[in-house]
Amino acid sequence: MIDTSNLIACHECDLLHRIPEREGARCVSRCRRCNAMLHRGVENSVDRTLALTFAGLILFIVANSYPFLAFKLQGQETQSTLISGVFGLYNEGKWEIALLVLLTTIVVPLMQLLLQLYIYLPLRFNRVPWLLARVARFAGSLQPWSMMEVFMIGIIVAIVKLVGMAQIVPGLALWSFALLILILAAAAANMDPRVVWDQVEYPR
Amino acid sequence: MTDTLLTAADAGLLSCHSCNLLTEVQTGAHPGAHEEQHCPRCGSQLHMRKPDSLARTWALVIAAFICYIPANLLPMTLVTSLGNVQEDTIMSGVIYFLQHGEWPIGLVILIASIVVPLTKLFILIYLLISVQRKSQWRPVERTRLYRVTEAIGRWSMTDIYVVTILVALVQLGNLASIEAGIGAIFFGAVVVLTILAAMTFDPREIWDNMESTNDR
Repeated sequence: MIDTSNLIACHECDLLHRIPEREGARCVSRCRRCNAMLHRGVENSVDRTLALTFAGLILFIVANSYPFLAFKLQGQETQSTLISGVFGLYNEGKWEIALLVLLTTIVVPLMQLLLQLYIYLPLRFNRVPWLLARVARFAGSLQPWSMMEVFMIGIIVAIVKLVGMAQIVPGLALWSFALLILILAAAAANMDPRVVWDQVEYPR
Repeated sequence: MTDTLLTAADAGLLSCHSCNLLTEVQTGAHPGAHEEQHCPRCGSQLHMRKPDSLARTWALVIAAFICYIPANLLPMTLVTSLGNVQEDTIMSGVIYFLQHGEWPIGLVILIASIVVPLTKLFILIYLLISVQRKSQWRPVERTRLYRVTEAIGRWSMTDIYVVTILVALVQLGNLASIEAGIGAIFFGAVVVLTILAAMTFDPREIWDNMESTNDR
């Protein structure tokens, strides 16, 4: 029997490492063979993640409730919210792209925020949420499909594209978007998966 | 432990891809039977290496290449302006921006829609071939290349989002309106397929070839 409780395998080259002692402070450990990140320790990870998740949820609601751009041409005006773009594509029969945009910019980011709330709020009060292992696993698998920051680049490109054609008015949601992206990035950087996994009971 | 290079596979341990827990390989009561082993902590299915990694990645890479052709030949957008309809492909959009002095935006689209997907596909093909030929050349750099393909894939979505925003905003009938073209569907497929391809590739295979002295 090997004692595996203090070991971790690099997920990129499979090399075994001893898990570094938790120092509390912010520390990043890397694989000594391939330099992949093994683990990032964050001080007060639960508090920080929870605070950023609340901020993210508020910004998410604002970002999706107001138009982010208005387009004015010869006295006519159209406004666009995130969801109206999805409906636009759907109504043209491009449901494949509509679905892709809906998932990557609305459904997945919202689910991530809600699942973070579900995981970290009870942990903050020293309770273990129901089905923690399942929820944490599912939340982790969503990560590659949240693409808010790419959408922001899309907005910038679209603005430059349309500026010569008509008058473009940025809306309230645009600023919420910009802030939301920063908040999401900060939340991702402050999560310490080990804090969550340590709470899961399993047969040893 | 700290002096020798011991991998989880060498030690007979399975590493959970989801929660990093190490579990000993179960030598089941029925040898030869394909028994699935699950992580005792999070319930994920455990594998020594991602299953059929090379075959799956090849399949996704080839599918992405096939979709990349119509994505470039068919229009991304149909722009109606004062009754005239103009079809724009990815490349014609880039050329339009470069000709009209908007080179930063032209460059963004060129990088996101052409450079990133192609770079990603060629890197994956190189990694696949190098693993199949059991190359021992510069594993650290090859692992880094893999990390690059994982990180850049999502940025290809830029053009899809631009089309979405244009479709939502420019809806003034014959005066000015923009519709998404069929090319956008294929381009979306390219982005999703390349992301999946990077996920199915297992970088540990690069390192498995380094221990050729080990019996495996």
